[in-house]
Amino acid sequence: MGQNGAGKTTCVKMMNGLNRPTEGDVIIDGVNTKEKTTAFIARMVGYVFQNPDEQIFNSTVISEIEYMPRYFKIPEEEMKRRVDRAVELTDIKKYLHTNPLDIPYPIRKFVAIAAVIAAKPRYIILDEPTAGQDKHGTETLASLIKGLEEDGVTVLTITHDMDFAVANFKRIVVMAHKNVIADGDPRDIFWNEEVVQEARIKKPQIGEIAKKIGVGGKVLFCDELVERL
Amino acid sequence: MAFIELKNATYKYPYTKEPALKDVSYSFEKGKFYGIIGENGGGKTTLCNLMRGLIPHFYLGKLTGEAIIDGVDVREWDTAEISAQIGYVFQNPFTQISGIKETVFEEVAMGLENLGVPKDEILDRVCQVCRQLKIEDLIKNNPNELSGGQRQRVAFASIIVMDPETLIIDEPTSQLDPEGTEDVFEIIHTLKGRGKTLVLVEHKIDLIAEYCDEILVMQHGSIAASGPTKKILSDLSVLDKGAMLPGAAIFGHEMQRAGKPLREIPITVDEAAALVAERGKAEWQSRLKTRALATPTGLRRWRTLTSPYSPASGWRLWGRTAPARPPA
Repeated sequence: MGQNGAGKTTCVKMMNGLNRPTEGDVIIDGVNTKEKTTAFIARMVGYVFQNPDEQIFNSTVISEIEYMPRYFKIPEEEMKRRVDRAVELTDIKKYLHTNPLDIPYPIRKFVAIAAVIAAKPRYIILDEPTAGQDKHGTETLASLIKGLEEDGVTVLTITHDMDFAVANFKRIVVMAHKNVIADGDPRDIFWNEEVVQEARIKKPQIGEIAKKIGVGGKVLFCDELVERL
Repeated sequence: MAFIELKNATYKYPYTKEPALKDVSYSFEKGKFYGIIGENGGGKTTLCNLMRGLIPHFYLGKLTGEAIIDGVDVREWDTAEISAQIGYVFQNPFTQISGIKETVFEEVAMGLENLGVPKDEILDRVCQVCRQLKIEDLIKNNPNELSGGQRQRVAFASIIVMDPETLIIDEPTSQLDPEGTEDVFEIIHTLKGRGKTLVLVEHKIDLIAEYCDEILVMQHGSIAASGPTKKILSDLSVLDKGAMLPGAAIFGHEMQRAGKPLREIPITVDEAAALVAERGKAEWQSRLKTRALATPTGLRRWRTLTSPYSPASGWRLWGRTAPARPPA
């Protein structure tokens, strides 16, 4: 999390080899990104672009999702399994034979996510997936992240949606001025006023209410707040 | 006075089976701030497109019913004239930015240039708007090389610099961080203070709750709910209509469920805090009373506490204690 321009996107692009560090090293599961090609790193770390239009290039949703497994020459059966899982997680079944460009922008984002899931990387980075999502889209994202976790995939997400971050992540890394300024449990992050100030993030609304009425205990969730009153 | 009046407006995009708007009737009054919320694909953007004449002038398809803008049917409006009356900020800043200007300054100034505004005035207005939107440092940059958030600010600037009477704004903050989002809402709020009519499509419900006068919930092309912000956003049924509720409202309902009801359902942080304080005070008083009435001493104390006069401290006026006799 962090302000526009804090360095979030640049940082994650280093994790999948799109950017290489000019100084220092980025090491993924013991592999130094400087020593391998981007194609190699990208098999380990999948990155879903902020703007799905920069990523999608096939003429139907299904061919977009099948593209990477086909490229890796994955056996047909395994490919089908992967595609089904990707489609299930992203809830885009009814768009499979549509041209991605004819799909509303927020749903197109799910197409981009499905394409990355089907490539089955060990790590997946989602860059602002919550932007422009409605209630259903946000809920799909939450269950998708949970599903990926069950599949053993580590998910990193850039988001400006505080409620979403608090509800779905165990660890939050805060960036400001091109640097990491905090890293930890959501409770410690959102109740550290210094960090909140410096990174210009905001407590979720329940946290704001708790602060205003002076309830202790780093409250972030509705049921906790109700219980304490 | 109704500035934009929709009467049974129904619209179907070309080559689609289902209408995107179904029998929509609503009147938008001058000087008010309207929020449009609801599911993606529910008709929010289509409604905006109709309200500023892109339907039927740019999008073909079939429009039935009426859309009257400032007394004139939308079909009779000239598109150039309508765009001078109604400013429109597109959902996708990549669509809005012209792509033909090489600096942010020129991009923001383009509309005013086209209107033939004198050079000095252009300079003044562009500088002022860029300052407001905190894009001063970017004015020499190429708009095509900006980040999503920066582009969104530039797109917004290039419309408010035109100073239209009515502004229709389609998700202006989707790419912005919390601070940038609040800046945008602040600016919209200032515009309202200057008597502008505002229509905003937005998912960030906490801010909608804080700023909008009235809300329309769009679902499946129809208005699923509409009315004053407080009324709409304190009602749980909005959740079934595909829209979100602010955390404060959910909190209010949860308190009710837990048997600790607040006097009403809050929709903002300030309201929630005030209602909790109010409830705390009432509870404290009733607890004190129960305890006081249980024993004779307690009863005497309770009387002393609640009576406006006590021998020791004199009359209590407006919460302060007046001395019983003047100090020696």
